[in-house]
Amino acid sequence: MHIVICIKQVPDSAQIRVHPVTNTIMRQGVPTIINPYDLFALEEALRLRDAHSGEVTVLTMGPPMAEDALRKALTYGADRAVLLTDRYFAGSDTLATSFALSQAIAKIGETFGKPDIVFAGKQTIDGDTAQVGPGIAKRLDLLQLTYVAKIASVDLESREITVERRSEGGMQMLKSKLPCLITILEGSNEIRRGTLDDALRAARSEIVKWSAAGAGIEDLSKCGLRGSPTVVKRVFAPAARAEKAAQIDVTDKTPRDLADELIAQIFTRQPALEHELAFDGEA
Amino acid sequence: MSTANRETPPPAAGRAGMKKELPERFKHYRHVWVFIELERGQVHPVSFELLGEGRKLADKLGVELAGVVLGPPGEATWHAVAGAFAYGADLAYIIEDPLLAHYRNEPFTRAMTDLVNTYKPEILLLGATILGRDLAGSVATTLLTGLTADCTELDVDIDGSLAATRPTFGGSLLCTIYTLNYRPQMATVRPRVMAMPARTDKPVGRVIQHKLFMAEQDIVTKILGFLPDSQSAKANLAYADVVVAGGLGLGAVENLQLVKNLAAAIGAEYGCSRPLVQKGWMPADRQIGQTGKTIRPKLYIAAGISGAIQHRVGVEGADLIVAINTDPNAPIFDFAHVGIVTDAIRFLPALTEAFTRRLSPHNRDKLAS
Ligand SMILES: Cc1cc2nc3c(=O)[nH]c(=O)nc-3n(C[C@H](O)[C@H](O)[C@H](O)COP(=O)(O)OP(=O)(O)OC[C@H]3O[C@@H](n4cnc5c(N)ncnc54)[C@H](O)[C@@H]3O)c2cc1C
Repeated sequence: MHIVICIKQVPDSAQIRVHPVTNTIMRQGVPTIINPYDLFALEEALRLRDAHSGEVTVLTMGPPMAEDALRKALTYGADRAVLLTDRYFAGSDTLATSFALSQAIAKIGETFGKPDIVFAGKQTIDGDTAQVGPGIAKRLDLLQLTYVAKIASVDLESREITVERRSEGGMQMLKSKLPCLITILEGSNEIRRGTLDDALRAARSEIVKWSAAGAGIEDLSKCGLRGSPTVVKRVFAPAARAEKAAQIDVTDKTPRDLADELIAQIFTRQPALEHELAFDGEA
Repeated sequence: MSTANRETPPPAAGRAGMKKELPERFKHYRHVWVFIELERGQVHPVSFELLGEGRKLADKLGVELAGVVLGPPGEATWHAVAGAFAYGADLAYIIEDPLLAHYRNEPFTRAMTDLVNTYKPEILLLGATILGRDLAGSVATTLLTGLTADCTELDVDIDGSLAATRPTFGGSLLCTIYTLNYRPQMATVRPRVMAMPARTDKPVGRVIQHKLFMAEQDIVTKILGFLPDSQSAKANLAYADVVVAGGLGLGAVENLQLVKNLAAAIGAEYGCSRPLVQKGWMPADRQIGQTGKTIRPKLYIAAGISGAIQHRVGVEGADLIVAINTDPNAPIFDFAHVGIVTDAIRFLPALTEAFTRRLSPHNRDKLAS
């Protein structure tokens, strides 16, 4: 089977700092990582390949340095990597991103064989939208299975797939058809370490690099800024609250005294709460 | 969210400076729509929260507010319609069809895009729930329009366009996003980010019924079954009135019991910061913050939590935030209302005991007399 997985290289946002005066992001020196949610999808793709044999192609759209993320994915065991990179893609919102990626997936299909499953991360940690996966599915007219907790079975003969999918208040068991697009829930598996062979192969691998033209994209008006219906008008830091927390003086007080004082403060500020808590406590 | 910086924005640059020239085909798009999320007979409360927000937008634009109800024939669907009116909708678009009994992407995407193409709303809001996110992405791509996810503030600009503000860069910054040349302007909002509006006594409005032009054999994906979450394991953090949470400052997994004890004593839900989930100390559905749950309790007690921006955005809607932290400079004291610089491990048992003393039935009777 052929599986395509879309990943994104993202700044490790835990390490991003905002400049206190200019309110701009200080990106210098911030390390990049593979979007953590994508790793669960990658692992699932690798497991399916191992069980059914076939190939995993990992795809990313990004600047030339996104090659690092692809190489990392190869060390985990992906078989092939495709980098979609072109200045025409700069400034893409989710609609333009899903267009570019879907075109590249179509080209991957022509070049290396049609994918049976396309994986995408549940969402990214920098954009956080969870929209690119469904966007790609729609563009390629693939069935879409998001928030999948478990792939129960894949039958390549009958082209059927059954999954457990998270929904509000429970798990849906769904049966669908291949080809489809899947996003995986975090925590559904644990990414493998990758073998020494994989690491050696990753170091030697030639990464397929496509520009917009290389991926067969003719209509550039659907890419990047021009292809993005949404417009970012303003970026700003959340305003600080006017006053800091009222501090309870802790000097020379026992925890018991402190606790009584805190509770008094709570009920002074929220008088209605006292009754509610009492009733809750009794129920 | 009231934290938006209201200063004059910097001069628009690049694409932001593009003049709005709405193409002719979009000029007749009118009204604000809210998708009323109905699953297994229940309306998700986020839909009512969105109606509250939608009402404000519709009033500013001088247009009508509509709820969109997609469900199976029967009482639950009409109940959802009545709910939409009670929370402020002027009218409801409804598609009643057995194929809409349980959520599947295919019929719901078809139903929603058909309605939009037929009745042409200028704004379409959905809850950023599992269902809402699955549906919104497909609908926006089908319609080739803009979609802004997880907004924390919605407003109407002077020229009438939707200004959708959302966190960016892992929550460190906010950005305001417009969909200038396409309609509808779509946005999702997470549960509990907007306040629940008051329920009105006049649950009446116009109903416009539409059909789902689909048959079961048109739908490839089949539902084999549904496994409800066991009640016991289910955390209802988002809608709890009181939440007690612990962070890394608690030091060891055993100390989480102190948080659970306090929560049990006052009938609260308990939660945690993200590192605890990453360590496997608590399940993911107890995580509070940007990548966890947004909460809006009357009282939030945070013990041993530093108050990183990603945590802050999830708790800012709380009426009263109490922070217990050993570090007087912890960022949590910048947005908590009451702070106490002390060791949570020693303090939590004392607090639990003090609450128990104060709230014992005996004591309550005494207070009442
Ligand atoms: C993309 C992204 C998304 C994220 N999403 C979330 C999210 O949804 N929710 C979330 O919470 N975080 C999230 N984070 C993580 C966030 O940035 C912080 O790392 C996290 O909130 C810190 O957790 P903490 O406060 O428990 O731990 P720490 O930052 O380690 O703070 C521990 C605090 O405990 C105090 N302390 C130590 N000992 C004691 C004691 N005995 N008694 C009292 N206080 C004590 C310390 O002074 C310190 O302030 C996210 C990060 C990223 C990059």
